[in-house]
Amino acid sequence: MVRLITHNLLACHVKNCTVNNFPLEFKNVQLEIREAEFNPDFIRGFLPKLEWKALVDTARQLGDTSLPTEQPEMIDDEFLQNLHHVLLEIHVEEGSMICNNCKHEYPISSGIPNMLLAEHEIA
Amino acid sequence: MIPTPDISHLTAKDYDSIYEPAEDTFLLLDALEAEEQALKDSKPSICLEVGSGSGCVSTFLTKIVHPAVYICTDINPRACVATRSTGRQNKIELDVCNASFALPFRQRLKNSIDVIVFNPPYVPTSFEEAQFAQDNQHLEGAWAGGLDGMHVTNTFLSDVKDLLSDKGRFYLAALKQNNVSEIQTRMLEEHGLRSKVVLERRAGREYLYILCFQHSKAL
Repeated sequence: MVRLITHNLLACHVKNCTVNNFPLEFKNVQLEIREAEFNPDFIRGFLPKLEWKALVDTARQLGDTSLPTEQPEMIDDEFLQNLHHVLLEIHVEEGSMICNNCKHEYPISSGIPNMLLAEHEIA
Repeated sequence: MIPTPDISHLTAKDYDSIYEPAEDTFLLLDALEAEEQALKDSKPSICLEVGSGSGCVSTFLTKIVHPAVYICTDINPRACVATRSTGRQNKIELDVCNASFALPFRQRLKNSIDVIVFNPPYVPTSFEEAQFAQDNQHLEGAWAGGLDGMHVTNTFLSDVKDLLSDKGRFYLAALKQNNVSEIQTRMLEEHGLRSKVVLERRAGREYLYILCFQHSKAL
């Protein structure tokens, strides 16, 4: 599965593709929602590791508008619940991820992203 | 005692294309269990297994380190499917990615990974055999390691320093013929990573080691 927590950690790694190579843009996706155990401390602890704008933009693109454009100063339970859902419960099962810079397409099949590159694309 | 993951859903047909958990796998599980307290104390949030194969090791790790993100990569797409299904068989989500080493994560996870586990193809073979097996994402790629068995491992070793968080731990399986003390010396001198042997064991013809590396400043 490509969950948004993973998507937020993936960048295009084609040779010489080093600017505007994150986040990858989803295309033609099929989503699946799978419930995950809510752990507020884990979600709070993960906040500093996230690229917030990339996460919010991607979630909105997938139809989830529950996250604010800016990270709130006051972190309440509702915010953490929404963030939990976006990060851990939305699974992209089919579709692809495209690099906005080099246009490389990484296909997703049965929830597994194919991030392998051809010999000539490897840095 | 941490229970061994349930892999009863994997069949002989799966093992035609993915590595079946064997003595090296179980030594790695025993090593992680021996490190249980230290792992828990370091409160990891991001884990990575390179070459996750059946998914047995990462599934076991989730029983020790929880909650966290468990990223699993494998170049073999069938291994990716197996990893994912083993996670679900054991009621946990492993974030599986068909990728070489940690390449697509290197940019975002610079010095951010708290636990890295790698049971590499460590068996000495010809260079061509190892390269062919990797290029073709073949089962043999799970063990064929080139002349000193270090062909694949060495590619990843030079990346570890930049992936590992300050408190991070990197567990590596190795064979006696890989020259364990040379690996340890090289990792310290070239990359500033100190190490210890967590466990060693003879298993049939193989003498196996599990090493643990950390940034020197973390010790």
